[in-house]
Amino acid sequence: MSVLMRKRTGPIGAPDSCCADLVPVKVAQLNDFLTQHAGKSAMVIPALQHAQALFGYVPPEAMQMIAEALRTPYARVYGVATFYAQFRLQPAGRRTVRVCMGTACHVRGAGSVLSAWSEALGVKPGGTTADGEITLEQVSCLGACGLAPTVMVDSTTHGRLTPGKVKQVVSSLRKA
Amino acid sequence: MAERRGRILIGAGTCGLAAGAGAVWAAAERALTDLGLPDTPVIGVGCIGYCQEEPLLDVELDGQRFTYRRVKPDQVKRIIEKHLAGGQPVTELLLGECVDAPNPYPTLPFYAPQNRVATRNCGFIDPTSLSDYEARGGYMALRNALAKPPHDIVEAVKASGLRGRGGAGFPTGRKWELAAKSPGPHKFLICNADEGDPGAFMDRSILEGDPHAVIEGMVIGAYAIGADEGYIYCRAEYPLALERLRDAIEQARQKGYLGNNILGTAHSFHLHLKEGAGAFVCGEETALMASIEGRRGMPRPRPPYPAQAGLFALPSNINNVETLAAIAPIIRNGADWYAAMGTAGSKGTKVFALTGQVNRTGLAEVPMGISIREIVYDIGGGIPNDRELKAVQIGGPSGGCLPASLLDLPVDYESLQREGAIMGSGGMVVVDETTCMVDFARFFMAFCARESCGKCTPCREGTTRMLEILTRICDGNGTMADLDRLERLAGNVKITSLCGLGQSAPNPVLSSLKHFRHEFEAHIRDRRCPAGVCKNLISYRIEADKCTGCVLCARNCPVEAITGEKRKAHVIDPEICIKCGACFDVCKFDAVIRG
Ligand SMILES: Cc1cc2nc3c(=O)[nH]c(=O)nc-3n(C[C@H](O)[C@H](O)[C@H](O)COP(=O)(O)O)c2cc1C
Ligand code: FES
Repeated sequence: MSVLMRKRTGPIGAPDSCCADLVPVKVAQLNDFLTQHAGKSAMVIPALQHAQALFGYVPPEAMQMIAEALRTPYARVYGVATFYAQFRLQPAGRRTVRVCMGTACHVRGAGSVLSAWSEALGVKPGGTTADGEITLEQVSCLGACGLAPTVMVDSTTHGRLTPGKVKQVVSSLRKA
Repeated sequence: MAERRGRILIGAGTCGLAAGAGAVWAAAERALTDLGLPDTPVIGVGCIGYCQEEPLLDVELDGQRFTYRRVKPDQVKRIIEKHLAGGQPVTELLLGECVDAPNPYPTLPFYAPQNRVATRNCGFIDPTSLSDYEARGGYMALRNALAKPPHDIVEAVKASGLRGRGGAGFPTGRKWELAAKSPGPHKFLICNADEGDPGAFMDRSILEGDPHAVIEGMVIGAYAIGADEGYIYCRAEYPLALERLRDAIEQARQKGYLGNNILGTAHSFHLHLKEGAGAFVCGEETALMASIEGRRGMPRPRPPYPAQAGLFALPSNINNVETLAAIAPIIRNGADWYAAMGTAGSKGTKVFALTGQVNRTGLAEVPMGISIREIVYDIGGGIPNDRELKAVQIGGPSGGCLPASLLDLPVDYESLQREGAIMGSGGMVVVDETTCMVDFARFFMAFCARESCGKCTPCREGTTRMLEILTRICDGNGTMADLDRLERLAGNVKITSLCGLGQSAPNPVLSSLKHFRHEFEAHIRDRRCPAGVCKNLISYRIEADKCTGCVLCARNCPVEAITGEKRKAHVIDPEICIKCGACFDVCKFDAVIRG
């Protein structure tokens, strides 16, 4: 964890709070991963994915650890993290709802399904519910186009949605 | 109860699961326990392609297999009790008998024209079982191939006429020949499993339902071009496909189909799995390689082509999932067999993803050259709710919208290109009169503008400007000069962009302008959206004569814009109305008028 002590001054995206907020076990797990791939800059994306799986988002401290361990400039790690839609630089909800806005879903009413989600959860697309539980996102295609419109709740895909069915899914989510 | 030799098969691809296959599966296990048949295997198979009828549950008994459609968990026990235990199919729930052939249900209209080559095993094997794959001739082609010189393999693929199924349609054999000729002791073979085109899901289906088909194709390809290392780049949105691939690679390694000295020969091939991170442009081959190298997925100019300097600047060859899945059958059955299917310029079969406003959605693998009409009407069963077909969008954000008048166009690379669409990955989205073509063009442009990587100016700025113009037209603020501007800009972006994303981003706009210009003009000249989609150009009112005062509309209006007494005609306040159309949708008396 020594890497965390040597905090650089103001890399882009670094908030004032520091690693103190990160769960030490998870930091250690990221370190284990990075040790296995030390010096391999091609591993930047898997490392960011690993970090996001651990923390739910990619904290700046994790990007610093990745940069140092994979011997890659911080700017490049940050550049990669901001390029790909998968990476979140802000904490998100414990659960994620990804509403498909792809073509097949679009022509089968994805717009009203998204509004229904927005209304039922009380957040705009991209937002997280006030209790920090659920983040609402839009995606381009979940690959279940034959069952459009679709949604992915965490890693479970639901198809043939209607605004009415959205309410059902939301209430089961709230219970879970 | 006498025990019979039977199995239960459940379509458990992402689509099946999305339709509720998980609950059906659980119900099947419960029913088997309840009925004292706990040893009956329940197997999750890949997708057989008929999304519309999912969840699908099959009872296999004494060598015969019957498929049940749209199965609900509470029907499962009856099916198992009557059919598996009692030998009597529950006919009213049946889809039909499933036969183990290139066409599993020859009598169903959805399957009649089909001939499954790339998807041959999907729905027939347990995708987690290597021995299931081997039992259907899996890895036989690899054995055959390794007994021949690599050059013969290249020649066979060339003679088959197979062209890349990832979009551009480059002849696979020629590509392999170039890679084979490229000097170097260390080469890569990459499988493009990024499948970013929204509306296409055949690659996912193959990866989930038959992962070894892709791996076998890769090992053969690697042998043909002399590659010793490979990658499968699979998008992160496909968690099940990633899991299947991870397992399959490990199984193949243990069985000696991957690794050093494959099947005792001098051929070695090490395969890695890379997970994408959500960028459409990473489907483009040079961007994909940048992404594997751990960088931003930005394309670069070619030449050098991947065959000369690809991944890590080494000679590389990249092929699509469906392309690779067709390799083993070509090697086993011969190039002539494959070349006998399709048209002069487009050989073999292609999987189309039929979606949108069509009665039967799903994946259909058909010989090239079949007409769009056959796909939409014979396979897809036409348009629901007695509506009119307006357009078929082929090839996704890089493709085009073809009007009803072109329904008899054969689907092959040349014909589609000629009419301004492309084969692309084979996504076919059917739209009816309720889709506004201007809004649809804007939808695709918004996608391309969002996914443009920003490296080259024509694509980055051009897509944004075109999006602005299209938005203006949808909002009712367009001018006729905008149409000329749009066309000119589209033409410029097409010829000056760095990669295929920008080069093809104007296609949906150009094809819509070509075939549906009247809709653009209606938005501009008449300030009218004929499909009733563009909010600024529509208004809702209630026709007093038709309104019965049932209050359904008022109850459904989210902003309380509708007032009126019970059993008396209601009125909509246009000042409050947000034009969501909820009243229009719920009115049972056609009293809400959209104009
Ligand atoms: C923007 C863009 C996205 C692409 N996406 C994919 C994709 O998702 N899958 C794919 O196989 N090919 C995709 N391609 C085509 C690839 O660049 C490449 O031509 C293909 O993978 C080659 O394989 P093939 O010869 O077997 O078709 C895309 C191309 C462009 C320009
Ligand atoms: S377009 Fe929504 S799942 Fe493919």
